[in-house]
Amino acid sequence: MTMATAATTDFMLPQPYLVQQVVKETADTFTLTLEPSDGTGRNRFQPGQFSMLWVFGVGELPISISGNPADRAQLVYTVRSVGKATHALVSREVGETVGVRGPFGTGWPVEKAEGRDVLVIAGGIGLAPLRPVIYEVLHNREKYGRLVILYGARSPRDLLYRKELTAWARQPETQVLVTVDYGGLSWRGHVGVVTTLFKNARLQPARTLAFACGPEIMMRFVARDLENQGFAPENIYLSMERNMKCAVGFCGHCQYGPHFICKDGPIFPYDRMRPLLEKYEL
Amino acid sequence: METLEHIISEHSFFSGLESYYTNLLTGCASNVRFEKGTYIFKEGEEANEFYLIRAGKVALEIFAPQRKPIMLATVGEGEVLGWSWLLPPYQWKVHAHAIETVRAIALDGKCLRTKCEENHDLGYEMLKRFARIMEQRLEATLLQLLDVYAAGK
Repeated sequence: MTMATAATTDFMLPQPYLVQQVVKETADTFTLTLEPSDGTGRNRFQPGQFSMLWVFGVGELPISISGNPADRAQLVYTVRSVGKATHALVSREVGETVGVRGPFGTGWPVEKAEGRDVLVIAGGIGLAPLRPVIYEVLHNREKYGRLVILYGARSPRDLLYRKELTAWARQPETQVLVTVDYGGLSWRGHVGVVTTLFKNARLQPARTLAFACGPEIMMRFVARDLENQGFAPENIYLSMERNMKCAVGFCGHCQYGPHFICKDGPIFPYDRMRPLLEKYEL
Repeated sequence: METLEHIISEHSFFSGLESYYTNLLTGCASNVRFEKGTYIFKEGEEANEFYLIRAGKVALEIFAPQRKPIMLATVGEGEVLGWSWLLPPYQWKVHAHAIETVRAIALDGKCLRTKCEENHDLGYEMLKRFARIMEQRLEATLLQLLDVYAAGK
């Protein structure tokens, strides 16, 4: 049995992928493009799913897929270098090998958004798991109503995908609002947390599905504010994060209340997450 | 042409306010314009007005010795700028810098304070509405203080 064949049948066995490109997004965040080393196409993925990426000899990491679901040749990941394993991953050079398991987990329910407006709310690197949703909506524009993208980052130099943000804002029926928590005096955009963008977003809660990803406390405030604006909790989806190891619900590392984030999530409707988000030390 | 009273009554901040009160407020209101780059007010100055922003963007800035100035928040179209007129010692706590040309309705705080003292129903309405803005700004500041996007968080 070849390595590639084994990978399709054994979800614990990493499939070798070659690094095709590494793009520096910010001082500590990089986007890696990978292709299967045997030249075959990659596995299908749904927006919001993640892979387990092996840096051989260093460790394995759960990373959300940030590329275009319609691109069947490559897998794209945006990674923030915050520790030994992530640093090793973003330091891979073109042509080097990375092991890939997956994709795993539930995706954003984009099919449920057909015929409705789509609200994307991202904080920091949380824009990466949401970028496939944006690609999907823009690629199938006639299926969806308005697309509203609200993006908050720490400072102007921490903004991801700057060129794409500008390009998305030029698309029909698309509104892109960006804010930073700390603006230097040369910044002429919005300053304030991402929830302060809601008042400028011209939302219609009854006909909108909201997808949010970012630090958990940000999502807690976002979800609460959306509810206050008239969003039904079942129309708000959050991408949760815990320490994932096996990615298939065996090891229990990512247990969150009654859920395994890797298998039951990472995408959950807010009505299932609300009781847990409000608990201390969970 | 839109009258001041119409603009005030249509502003979301005064949503649901009885026409009797919007008429009272109009007596304290005037149209103002600030060119890009000018300061609308500065920290420590007397706070005798607040603004309904109709167009443009204002940065709230604070300065500390030997540190770069910090932009705390921006206030734009449809929002309210300034609450220091409402409570003693009536002094601005931050700088308000027009980073775009700003058109606004200025409401005279001294005039309004007198009317609020004379009519406590109006005073209570104003306090409720400004308390909501203060709560929103406090919540936003809490999230900023948490620095949720910092590495390792």
